[in-house]
Amino acid sequence: MNTVPQAAPAPIATRPTMIEFRDVHKYYGDYHALRGINATIKAGEFFSLLGPSGCGKTTLLRTIAGFEDISSGAVLIDGKHMADVPANVRPTNMVFQSYAIFPHLTVEQNVGFGLRREGGTTAEKAKRVEEALEMVGLKGYGKRAAHALSGGQRQRVALARALILKPKVLLLDEPLSALDKKMREQMQVELIRLQRQVGITFILVTHDQEEALVMSDRIAVMFEGQIAQLADPETLYRRPNSRQVANFIGVMNFLPARVLTEAAGRIAIDVQGLGQTEIDATQAPGVITGGETSVGFRPETLTMLYEGQTTTERETPGTIEEVVYYGDMTYYDVRLDGVDSPVRISMRNVFGRPVLDIGTRTRVAWSAGALVLFR
Amino acid sequence: MKGQGLRLYAILYLVFLYAPIVLLPIFAFNDATIISFPLRGFTTKWFAALAELPTLHQALKNSLIIAVSSSVLATTLGIFASRASTRYEFPGKGGLMGLIMLPLVLPEVIVAMSLLMVLLGIGVDLAIWTVILGHTLICTPFAIAILSAAFQSLDKSLEEAAYDLGESKLSTFRLITLPLVMPGIISSLLISFTISLDEFIIAFFLAGSEPTLPVYIYSQLRFPKQIPAIMALGTILVALSVLLLTIAEYFRRRGLKKTGAKDTGGFL
Amino acid sequence: MDEKSRWHRFRRSEAFAGLTLISPTALYALLLLLAPLATILAYSFLTDGDTVTRIVWEFTFDNYITTWTQPIYRAVMMRSLSVSMMVTAVTVILAFPVAYYVSFHVSPDRKSLWLFLITIPFWTSYLIRVFLWKVILGYNGVINSGLKSLGLIDEPLTFILYNVNSIVLTLAHAYAPFAILPIFVALEKIDRSLLEAGQDLGESRLMTFWRVTLPLAMPGVVAAVLIVLIPTIGDYVTPQLIGGGKIPMIANLIQSQMLDQDNRPLGSALAVSAMLIVTVVALAFVLLNARFLRVKK
Repeated sequence: MNTVPQAAPAPIATRPTMIEFRDVHKYYGDYHALRGINATIKAGEFFSLLGPSGCGKTTLLRTIAGFEDISSGAVLIDGKHMADVPANVRPTNMVFQSYAIFPHLTVEQNVGFGLRREGGTTAEKAKRVEEALEMVGLKGYGKRAAHALSGGQRQRVALARALILKPKVLLLDEPLSALDKKMREQMQVELIRLQRQVGITFILVTHDQEEALVMSDRIAVMFEGQIAQLADPETLYRRPNSRQVANFIGVMNFLPARVLTEAAGRIAIDVQGLGQTEIDATQAPGVITGGETSVGFRPETLTMLYEGQTTTERETPGTIEEVVYYGDMTYYDVRLDGVDSPVRISMRNVFGRPVLDIGTRTRVAWSAGALVLFR
Repeated sequence: MKGQGLRLYAILYLVFLYAPIVLLPIFAFNDATIISFPLRGFTTKWFAALAELPTLHQALKNSLIIAVSSSVLATTLGIFASRASTRYEFPGKGGLMGLIMLPLVLPEVIVAMSLLMVLLGIGVDLAIWTVILGHTLICTPFAIAILSAAFQSLDKSLEEAAYDLGESKLSTFRLITLPLVMPGIISSLLISFTISLDEFIIAFFLAGSEPTLPVYIYSQLRFPKQIPAIMALGTILVALSVLLLTIAEYFRRRGLKKTGAKDTGGFL
Repeated sequence: MDEKSRWHRFRRSEAFAGLTLISPTALYALLLLLAPLATILAYSFLTDGDTVTRIVWEFTFDNYITTWTQPIYRAVMMRSLSVSMMVTAVTVILAFPVAYYVSFHVSPDRKSLWLFLITIPFWTSYLIRVFLWKVILGYNGVINSGLKSLGLIDEPLTFILYNVNSIVLTLAHAYAPFAILPIFVALEKIDRSLLEAGQDLGESRLMTFWRVTLPLAMPGVVAAVLIVLIPTIGDYVTPQLIGGGKIPMIANLIQSQMLDQDNRPLGSALAVSAMLIVTVVALAFVLLNARFLRVKK
């Protein structure tokens, strides 16, 4: 398992604003790519733009960098409007999806490329290049030909090349998608460590929700050119504001429900398969979309009780339909009595507890605090 | 089994392809004024004779001037057009590119004739520069074909990265684009040069009193006595072409190694 | 939206950048290709003057009528068409196995060597190659003198030069590399796993070729056909040298009318008609081919 270094500086909310989007729209001809983006990104935070392909996240990133113009609205970096500021002047640097390492140059020529226009002696610049390489773990690679590197090494060169210029914001466009799983997990930890070390704002674009959850201070979930929800990972996971967001992050079970009464911050509901219960108004955070009312809960919030086991939570009976064994976890598809589709429950495989069989009748324990209401 | 049969066929095909060319050195060194078997003995006098022909030397000079100029012009025009067509969308793009590439599908005689009519109509004297005009016209589509491929294979984010790191559009072109497209530029220059050097029809009609090498050769073909010397000249030309091509291929492979790209097999 | 900012936005736009960039080349083509072509199109509808006034600005269809009805001109057009079709057929059919061999039976690191060898003849002087065929096929040429000295014939063969067949042979030899390359490129693009999938499902090798390889290689074959067909119709040198001046094709005819006979309108009409024929034949081939592929699917 990955261990994330825990020493976090000042809470996000108290930090100064680094990037501001004010009602940003972008059209490609008739295609409305960005539909009214409003958001602020704080200095020094690790911020992710998360969403499926085509949702506009890369477009939004590129408007920060200056590679895309916006049709209306404003983009501000460190308080300054970027409307007429070309990309090569902005205080941002980008790590491209393909890394864009110059194949005809060496590693140190790549890393030192941006220093060409800056003052300083050759010796000073060489030293800066060395330090940058050391920071990304490529000490001694300076003379290598850039085209002979592996994917992970290229990415580090791209990082060094961007960070050596001390930008205020580092933009990363799906930097890990080209790597294999092991390399990806390694780089995730690397990036977090790097961001803490350098201390600047990182903005990451990804379609991988696990990646966003692991690395980010805050995430903006985007669908179809709009930000659906902007929050820290835990809030997004526990209190998604819509079915769409709930489905995109992790796995969510849904059960049809009816709202009975609503008063004084408490909502009484009747959930198919679980029965009647009461939840807090904070557990219904979402926008009212007018769709079918349902209740959502994560697989790990339900527990399957073994023979003779008792619980303080509510119980409901069900039958096991499917068992998927994963080594450290087992996933059960359970058909609760009175419900059509099965729900997914995940159980840690604790030593001494057997894996249950398909067809077993079981009791499922749940509590109202785990439910999220969608309307 | 199937492979063997095909292999034999392919080799025979190559033999057929090279057969006439192989005759050149054979009869260039043959001591006879008529090209026929049996061979009569070794001599280098036909090569020596070439040194005595001032009109040949003048024609060669003309050809070289025209070929160098045409290849540089065609490649330059080609860089503009292929960069525009691979990186930008603009109204009329299809039509303009179609027009520019049209010489590829027009019979050369029509290009030559129509250009000739206009030049005569305006009252312009035919000279070396009129041939350069025509050659540039037909070489540019080839230059564009080669350069477009080179620009296409260039990752767009490389230029964006350079720009992001602070370079201007112009310096990005100079530091990143140009070096990476250089093999394509060299290819284009070489191919345009070769096309121009060998081109006959446009030169024939637009050269006026200053013939190019092919025009000169054509004029000598009606004199049987000159034929062995022409064989000698042909041998030299073929040897030069092969040399030029080998050099071009060598540089192409070297260019690939420098940037670590894959070999897709030739100037395709 | 005021005028100034609209222009300002256009100036910064992609369209402006693209048009500016392409303008030198486009201008060159407009002046030196489009304008001259338009000129001969105009000429073709005008009347021929006597030797002093070359063109009379009188609109007429006469030139086209002459081109399409006079037997001599029709004969030459037909000959050009049939020669180039024969050349194309021979060249492309003979080229396909070679392209197939290099694509499927040559190891990848040897492929560029083969291509190199195949294209070398292409880069040697076309004029010289045509001339070599004249030397080979001539009365006292290589074939005749060779066969004679081997004792196989007493009298030189006369049927091998100065006729249509020798023209076809020369052109087929000259354009052979043109045909191989596009077919090779198309064959290379074919996903090998498609062919293996066919075999895996029980197809014979011949069936795989007919049902998968050939249709997928068709774009290359079409390109090869067009690459050979179009230049050969308008070839000047080969009919002149190999035909002895007595078997003109359309290019020779255009030249003779435009310059020798000084009849520019008629020459222009011939040129325009030749372009029309080429376009029609090329289009016909492309469309037929598209139909063929659709039927196969």
